[in-house]
Amino acid sequence: MDPRAFRRFKKNKGALFGAFLVTIVLLVAFVGPFVSSQDPNEQYRTQLLTDEGVPRGPMVVPGHLLGGDTIGRDELARLLHGGAVSMQVAIFATALTVLIGLYVGVTSGFFGGLYDSVLMRLVDVLLSMPFLLVAIAINRVVDNPALSALYVLLGLISWTTLARVTRAKTMQVREMEYVQAARALGLSRTRIVFRHVLPNVLGPAIVIGTTLVAQMIIVESAMSYLGLGVQPPRASWGSMLREGQEMMAHAPRLMLYPAAFIVMAVFGFNLLGEGLRDAFDPKD
Amino acid sequence: MSETPLVRIRDVKKHFVADRSFFGRPRRWVRAVDGVSLDIAEGETLGLVGESGCGKSTLGRVVLRLHEPTAGQIFYGDQEITHLSGSKMRPLRHKMQIIFQDPYGSLNPRMTVRAAVAEALRQRVSGLVSSEEEDRVGDLLERVGLRREHMRRYPHEFSGGQRQRIGIARALAVDPRFIVADEPISALDVSVQAQIVNLLMDLQDELSLSYLFIAHDLTVVEYISHRVAVMYLGRVVELAPASAIYASPRHPYTKALLSAVPIMDPSKRRKRILLEGDVPSPLDPPRGCTFHPRCPLAEQGLCDREAPELKAAEEGHLVSCHLAE
Repeated sequence: MDPRAFRRFKKNKGALFGAFLVTIVLLVAFVGPFVSSQDPNEQYRTQLLTDEGVPRGPMVVPGHLLGGDTIGRDELARLLHGGAVSMQVAIFATALTVLIGLYVGVTSGFFGGLYDSVLMRLVDVLLSMPFLLVAIAINRVVDNPALSALYVLLGLISWTTLARVTRAKTMQVREMEYVQAARALGLSRTRIVFRHVLPNVLGPAIVIGTTLVAQMIIVESAMSYLGLGVQPPRASWGSMLREGQEMMAHAPRLMLYPAAFIVMAVFGFNLLGEGLRDAFDPKD
Repeated sequence: MSETPLVRIRDVKKHFVADRSFFGRPRRWVRAVDGVSLDIAEGETLGLVGESGCGKSTLGRVVLRLHEPTAGQIFYGDQEITHLSGSKMRPLRHKMQIIFQDPYGSLNPRMTVRAAVAEALRQRVSGLVSSEEEDRVGDLLERVGLRREHMRRYPHEFSGGQRQRIGIARALAVDPRFIVADEPISALDVSVQAQIVNLLMDLQDELSLSYLFIAHDLTVVEYISHRVAVMYLGRVVELAPASAIYASPRHPYTKALLSAVPIMDPSKRRKRILLEGDVPSPLDPPRGCTFHPRCPLAEQGLCDREAPELKAAEEGHLVSCHLAE
């Protein structure tokens, strides 16, 4: 990494705050489950639910720091284990999306011609398919899919917008005189793409990528609801949000906890992404 | 000037597809360059002037094979390069370089000056260790009038003129014989223009470079060029030694262009020749002489029927006009 980019990053308070939030979220999600002593799926009906079936609140029952969820499971344990699922899906699905989107966008924008036409029609086709229908259709074919199937699917479906944006940006950069100069110098196409085109189209891709992390967390919960991906009783922040809805009037905290982590993740990744973009732009 | 030209362009055409049918078959063409032949001798500067859109920049890029010519031949020395494959073209790319008009677009904003110049340098010499490379880059920067320590900066930290110098250093890094200067001074302040022009001329003396100097500023072209070619709608309409073009222009278009050059001495007034109408679209160039709709001399029945050929009006002075005597 360019030491100057690192210095610019360190001076950017927003970016540092973003990095801080992302660190917390990642710690919660990936270290949390090992720290947690409770089983996230076991029900403690007698301890954690009142006689009317309302979950008991935080700091009431010893050993259950955040109380119980809608059916008397340990809320804290579910938050920690659910974070692992949500963040795993969000990060891998986003990474795959960005990789495919950048590859398709940059190559079709740079090379153009028939290759570009074919890929862009593929994008049209993918965009015309309702996402949830595709998810349901796949669910009919694949029984009890693994978590990895979920993020591969998300990645394979979501790259279209990013591909279009980077393609447009690539076409603009391709005509810049520094790319012409690189061609006149006889540089290889690979080098032109990696040294001259890619760094100059990365900005919008980073911004889209960071917002994707947030979207993926939400989409994952919708997918779980449809039976694809995380199945009950396994927790994820998205599914906890949905379950909490049922008791919104009695225990709004059941929605607030997972929502707070999702907001932290979204906000953190956005700030971090923008900070990275600015750090790598020598003009700032 | 030696006898065999360094670069020869023979009847080069570049037509762009302007419109395609539903099935992708070209429907209309823009004739950006429509049959141009030029020679550039070693150590010579050939000025290329014309209005915007006349195809001069396109021609410059076709010569370097940055655009593929639609027809015609391009020679570097004795070698025809018109259809050379990418790998065969690569060694020749070192010999032919380009300097661009826009000092803001011609440098990658994410590469330091050192990285940009070193990248070019590595195309010609491989296996330099870092300190040698830094040395060579520094030498190149000093040669174009910058300081060695400038290499650590990014392009946006420089002025337009300095950026243009960086572009020149990058071109020089591969040790070229021939440089297309595509309006290298049009975007600069007048005071800086002179510096860049002088730099280019000094480099020519030192390295016996050949230039194809594209511009629309006639005074600068007269100053720097040995010969001047005037382009109109994709064709050369007049080609002559710089002094001859300015002293005794033959083509009515050249005369009109020259009459637009301001003269510093107010006591000397020249009659302005005002051309009527706009440049016709290269999508649909006029029949016969492409200049006839705007030409003050055009003769019915001749100029609108037959296209004139570029022929010698006198030794070394070519004109493409039926009526030039």
